[in-house]
Amino acid sequence: MSASPEERRVIPITEAPSYSAPEDSLATLLAFLRRRIAGEYEVDEFGYDAELTDKVLLELIRPLYRHWFRVETLALGNIPSDSGALIVANHSGTLPVDALMMQVAVHDEAGRALRLLGADLVYKLPVLGHLSRKTGHTLACRDDADRLLRKGELVGVFPEGFKGVGKPFSERYRLQRFGRGGFVASAIRAGVPIVPTAIVGAEEIYPKIGDLRHLARVLGLPYLPITPFFPWLGPLGLVPLPSKWMIEFGEPIRTDSYDASAADDPMLVFELTDHVRESVQQLLTSLRLRRGHAFF
Amino acid sequence: MTHTVLVTGVSRHIGARVASVLAADPGISRVIGVDTVPPPSLTREGGISLGRTEFVRVDLRSPDIAQVIAAADIDIVVHMSLVSAPSRSAGRASMKEHNVIGTMQLLGACQRSATVRRVVVRSTTAIYGSSPMDPAVFTEDVEPHDSPSHGYAKDAAEVEGYVRGFARRRPDLTVSMLRFANFMGPGVDSPLTRYFSQPVLPTVFGFDPRLQYVHEDDAVEVLRRMALEDHPGTYNVAGDGVLLLSQCARRAGALALPLFSPAFRLLGEAARSAGLVDFSPEQLRLLCHGRAVDCSKLFAELGWKPKFTTAAAFDDFLRSRKGVRT
Repeated sequence: MSASPEERRVIPITEAPSYSAPEDSLATLLAFLRRRIAGEYEVDEFGYDAELTDKVLLELIRPLYRHWFRVETLALGNIPSDSGALIVANHSGTLPVDALMMQVAVHDEAGRALRLLGADLVYKLPVLGHLSRKTGHTLACRDDADRLLRKGELVGVFPEGFKGVGKPFSERYRLQRFGRGGFVASAIRAGVPIVPTAIVGAEEIYPKIGDLRHLARVLGLPYLPITPFFPWLGPLGLVPLPSKWMIEFGEPIRTDSYDASAADDPMLVFELTDHVRESVQQLLTSLRLRRGHAFF
Repeated sequence: MTHTVLVTGVSRHIGARVASVLAADPGISRVIGVDTVPPPSLTREGGISLGRTEFVRVDLRSPDIAQVIAAADIDIVVHMSLVSAPSRSAGRASMKEHNVIGTMQLLGACQRSATVRRVVVRSTTAIYGSSPMDPAVFTEDVEPHDSPSHGYAKDAAEVEGYVRGFARRRPDLTVSMLRFANFMGPGVDSPLTRYFSQPVLPTVFGFDPRLQYVHEDDAVEVLRRMALEDHPGTYNVAGDGVLLLSQCARRAGALALPLFSPAFRLLGEAARSAGLVDFSPEQLRLLCHGRAVDCSKLFAELGWKPKFTTAAAFDDFLRSRKGVRT
């Protein structure tokens, strides 16, 4: 650090130019710490702590996003800038790292908070459940989905659930069955567009080649993976492989042409669910081709 | 038209405040306050002027309450007499009897009465329970994942059941049921306010529940409006927003001490038997999973919003604590 004499001169606070970055960031940091220690920050009714998410938790995974997975985003313009929408994406990777990366993508590059709907397992666990609430996510249930969409939030779902994230490596980039289509019904009720989204890259981070099914059952987990490195290398086996990632947001599928009562028409909901699923699969296939090699 | 109001539970803080507010209203000719114990005197700390409220000492569990209602031509009943925690002397059985049998007696008397026009019952958001499997925010019509199985919440759920039955049998009456979040404010003495008065707060490791409070002033205002106007139905009542337990601890300047949940449970039991802080299993669950409710139905009905947000209510409580300490 070389500082010119000019910079070393003590400048009274009132005279200090506003662009003096070091002082400013220090002051910001101190103000941040003071707010955190005094408890004077806001969380929304779901427990979303926007400040903690942006300044601390996302900051921790940004290096992974930028340098490890080198995530590239496409067609961010398909995310509405200030109104409600439902992002529907494929789910893969054995551990839900794709959820974190999509959150960074949407937060940093589209400037919006992503409110994911998560599995109940997450909310039963200590630490994880509450971290998940603090980063803006909530339990996948009708009331919460409707409430978030009504408030104009950007909600994200992975309709494949554990079937997707826990599928074997041999089935990579093949979409699993989409749940019961509850997410489509919620979008219809709120009249918000559905944004089909493809995430390429997560499939290669932990190639699941086996499953310790019995042990998983004992531990109450949906699966316990065997990868080429886990559990053989112990904790080292938990380091994700540095695959190249791409996330593409597809053309929004509008639902505002339907009446709110259409959400109670199972045939319509099933058809729309299929349509969304096909859109995600098409995006996924073309994006995978576009990416080329998985690691370079 | 003049009104005669019966307020139950006037020996407790909020009940006394409701009675005194109603007594100050010129549109009300008489306020009769009942409770099982006489209200604390004004000279001692905690006493509140009841104004022109006439106090009648009645054991709610006995049919005496029917005589009071018949003799005074009561037309508005405000039922505040729900005990949220067992007293050390009487215990849980008497608390349950007080809450459930007391309400049955009162409603029985109201059902017979030819004069009663309006019944307002205090309930609690505790009936929603606390569970990781429930929606983040409860509206009045959400069925909780686990229906309350013990303690205050179970009493309140039973009381609500009797109130609904009563409303069905007397559709000509206006019945309002208010589900209050935890009361907070300078005069509130509850397990939660006692908890936050400690310098070290045991918390459950890995959990940071969302909590919601209603300031006592707002609670009194809601009860006053419900008593004076027709607002039939069930309403959640809470201040805007939520506070996390960690936020509450930081605002209180207390040290949070995270314990693993079995240790926390043991400590809770120990504190309970030592009579230090009264921690029921449902409160332990609240400190794990928290709870938030939606109050838009109430705001739309009254065209009014609580003056204190959850955070402001908590800060007001803290200010009063500091005043006591110094």
